[in-house]
Amino acid sequence: MNAILRPATHSQPLLTVDRARKTFPRGDGGELLVLDDVSLSLAPGEVVGLLGRSGSGKSTLLRLIAGLSEPSGGEVRYLGQKIVGPAAGISMVFQGFALFPWLTVYENVALGLEALHVSREEIRRRSLQAIDLIGLDGFESAYPRELSGGMRQRVGFARALVVHPSIMLMDEPFSALDVLTAENLRTDFLDLWSEGKMPIKGVVLVTHNIEEAVQMCDRILVFATNPGRIVTSIDVTIPRPRDRLDPAFAALVERIYVEMTAKPSRGAVTRLERTAGTGIDTILPRVSSSLLSGLLETVAVQPFNGKADLPEIASELQLEIDELFPVVESLQMLRFAEVEGGDLHLTADGLAFADSSSDERKIMFARHMLAYVPLAAHIRRVLDERESHHAPKSRFLDELEDHMSPGSADQTLRAVVSWARYAEAFAYDDETGTFSLENPS
Amino acid sequence: MPHTTTAWSTASRGAPSRFDLIALLLIVGLLAFLAAGSRGVLAPLDAITAKQISLAPSHLPEYAARTTLRMLAAMCLSLLFTFTYATWAAKSPRAGRLLVPLLDVLQSVPILGFISMTVVWFMSLAPGKVLGAEFAAIFGIFTSQAWNMAFSFYQSLRTVPTELAEAARSFRLSAWARFWRLEVPFAMPPLVWNMMMSMSGGWFFVVASEAISVGSTTVTLPGMGAYIALAIEQKNLSAVGWAIGTMLIVILIYDQLLFRPLVAWADRFRVEQEAGDLPPKSWLLEALGASHFVARTLRMMRRSSRVVSAAFVAAPGLPQFESPLAAKRLDFAGVIFVGTLLTLALWQTFQFLAPELNWRDIAVTIGLGAITMVRVFVLIALASLFWVPIGVWIGLKPGVARVVQPLAQFMAAFPTNLLFPVVVFVIVTWKLNQNIWLSPLMILGTQWYILFNVIAGASAMPSEMRHVAQNFHVRGWLWWRRVALPAVFPFYVTGALTASGGSWNASIVAEVASWGNEHVEATGLGAYIANATSVGDFHRIVLGVVTMSVYVLLINRLLWRPLYYFAERKFRLS
Repeated sequence: MNAILRPATHSQPLLTVDRARKTFPRGDGGELLVLDDVSLSLAPGEVVGLLGRSGSGKSTLLRLIAGLSEPSGGEVRYLGQKIVGPAAGISMVFQGFALFPWLTVYENVALGLEALHVSREEIRRRSLQAIDLIGLDGFESAYPRELSGGMRQRVGFARALVVHPSIMLMDEPFSALDVLTAENLRTDFLDLWSEGKMPIKGVVLVTHNIEEAVQMCDRILVFATNPGRIVTSIDVTIPRPRDRLDPAFAALVERIYVEMTAKPSRGAVTRLERTAGTGIDTILPRVSSSLLSGLLETVAVQPFNGKADLPEIASELQLEIDELFPVVESLQMLRFAEVEGGDLHLTADGLAFADSSSDERKIMFARHMLAYVPLAAHIRRVLDERESHHAPKSRFLDELEDHMSPGSADQTLRAVVSWARYAEAFAYDDETGTFSLENPS
Repeated sequence: MPHTTTAWSTASRGAPSRFDLIALLLIVGLLAFLAAGSRGVLAPLDAITAKQISLAPSHLPEYAARTTLRMLAAMCLSLLFTFTYATWAAKSPRAGRLLVPLLDVLQSVPILGFISMTVVWFMSLAPGKVLGAEFAAIFGIFTSQAWNMAFSFYQSLRTVPTELAEAARSFRLSAWARFWRLEVPFAMPPLVWNMMMSMSGGWFFVVASEAISVGSTTVTLPGMGAYIALAIEQKNLSAVGWAIGTMLIVILIYDQLLFRPLVAWADRFRVEQEAGDLPPKSWLLEALGASHFVARTLRMMRRSSRVVSAAFVAAPGLPQFESPLAAKRLDFAGVIFVGTLLTLALWQTFQFLAPELNWRDIAVTIGLGAITMVRVFVLIALASLFWVPIGVWIGLKPGVARVVQPLAQFMAAFPTNLLFPVVVFVIVTWKLNQNIWLSPLMILGTQWYILFNVIAGASAMPSEMRHVAQNFHVRGWLWWRRVALPAVFPFYVTGALTASGGSWNASIVAEVASWGNEHVEATGLGAYIANATSVGDFHRIVLGVVTMSVYVLLINRLLWRPLYYFAERKFRLS
């Protein structure tokens, strides 16, 4: 991990995170580790990106830095001072904007200053300045509900800037916006950043969008899940302003895809991090069977012919990594596909599946699911063994909660139910919460 | 349209926990304590010879104003209670585990029982003066308003969006500033709705609490309730008519001047950021908004409040992570405190009830409770059969719904005890069966909850759903069974459970009624409590009130709560 902790060569770092851990209490009294031994530092003038999938602990880390929650181990320091609560020089931009709907644009921006005991005139001057800087002049008296998403997030930026922070934390600030608006806001922000018009000295950006990370960051820390941790640090040296069509840009995006789909040990053919577990402790993503079939069909035919580059397929299908990776993982888990060097290959069974009729597909799917998804096999075995061929949901839920959070356990069970229904492997009645072998004929 | 907040929309949904039992015992103990305290002071307190009530219609404006003032005073108390009790319950999960079930039990104690039991105690605080009686009346109204408001506020506090809370914290607002800048505004729309519901219910009890006799202690407070009581005593039907007319006008004024503006104002605190349906409007609010004088006054108020709160806004530099050790100590102290209180409550109840009552008394009240229960269920069923089809029909016609909806809410606010004399007059004149014909009085005021909830449900039905039904020619009974009834079911349950709770409350005044010296009475728990009150038998008041509370609590837990969850899970369109 020490390789990631960049030594502060030029000046004192703005922020250091030293071996931070975060655990949450689990239902059975145990602890769930969501962030394991994470270290990083932020130098003045730097934009650091935390890139990873949902559940990789990057938002948890951001909240530790913001002083919104306390690390279970290790510490976070801002300008050498240990953070014990929200610090004065750190402000945050939220994914869902987090504007107060009953306050106008001006009042929302001024709120951050009011808590600082600044004089009325000063509040007014600085609020209007921030509103002006971020391109909101004319909207001062509007309520958030009257604004478009992009304008709302501009208010979020203005509110974060008005307190003159040295560090700005961004929690997926563009992910709730449509593609064009997000791009527009990103470029505006980068222009202000390059021109040094903002008071901020450093930025920590949480994102699950690889292109966004490459476009905005000087350094990208790639996170893995279960438990959340940093697997690599990638320096981005492409000069600004960066062009997405630049071959260097595309090459870096490709490289990050490879990093994110490979095991740190660099095994030959590897499965994704998330499904690394064996047995029923694997968290299953909720991926519908039609999405699986859809991806198999797409990759099986022209122009991919059974082998596809992941960035290419992501842009082709307009999927974010948070949407694409779960599908790819599920295909891997079911042994319909393998991933190597950022490429997706269909296996022989995967190609056969794409070529089959809908009834044959169900049979294949059931065979693969019961063979390769341990939880499905487990449920089926329990139902077979019981005389009544019935089992309550709670039985499996309790088992899963020994290994994961209640939320993940519920999601995993729902995922397996949805696959089992498609495969007609076993039935589930949500009304009574029972699994059974009887399918309505 | 938001729903009346109920205990179980917030409480955990599992089986009754030990905290429910603790809460119940604490309340029973408190009641016994109040009654025991009252008994001692009963003798020296003679009937208050307050200002004589006059039946002349010219006095009605004054009486109406006094009644309204009592309502407003109780509302202020309820708000105070809401902001403290609910905040405490929401901020401290440990305290919440007891405070929430406590609120649930309090909600099922019949309000008139509260009044019977506390009136003597309050009057002993200021012997011989009207003030004590005023306190008692205001406290009675408070108990009819506070619980559901507190529940609503508690629920809002628990559901403040995480990001907003984090934003407030990251800008380092102090707990005080967070409360007023984030939590109260966020809780405002449902709170205003619940205030409106509370006020509607409150009229009924203010009228009842202005003229109440507990044994030899008679409370007569100048107001609409005392006016109607005198009218009944003197068999003056035209005075009853005047009172009803006045009340209609009062409620109309109060609706236009207080609640329309409040609802329209609270709309800005909605968190959904989409410009939704037509926002509620109020002519008064618009007029006030246009006035320079009002704007100037508001600015001044805001400035002075800023000076006050500036001191509390930020507390920079303080460590803000909570220490787990301190919390544990607090927890331990809490357990000791509740344990002591519980022992005291049990001892108190035993001391008070044991020497005077035997098992037969308990069996009798349980039997009477069953009779009242049958009455309530039959009435709810009849009202449902009548109002559900009408409500659906109205709800599907937006034009009609716009007119009828406020009318139904208006009717729910009207204190139906003003109408009782008319009904009793009819029963006495035509010699009707009292056990049957007194019953409808219980639901006279509460049936409207069923109607306007069903209207709301039918109006909320998406038009695609109706078009699909038309497209597939789903008609007649099939349409009711598959489309209309499921769509309004969650709304209906909310309405029915509110109506049921209200009917139990009303039974205390509805099962016993008089017209001059003619006395009509139906067999039931309500009549039992009413009779015990009029002879000042505190043991039987406590027994009756506790039995009724347990009935209401059990019905809520065993019927309404499961039904509510079932409806939420299966039929809620979202």
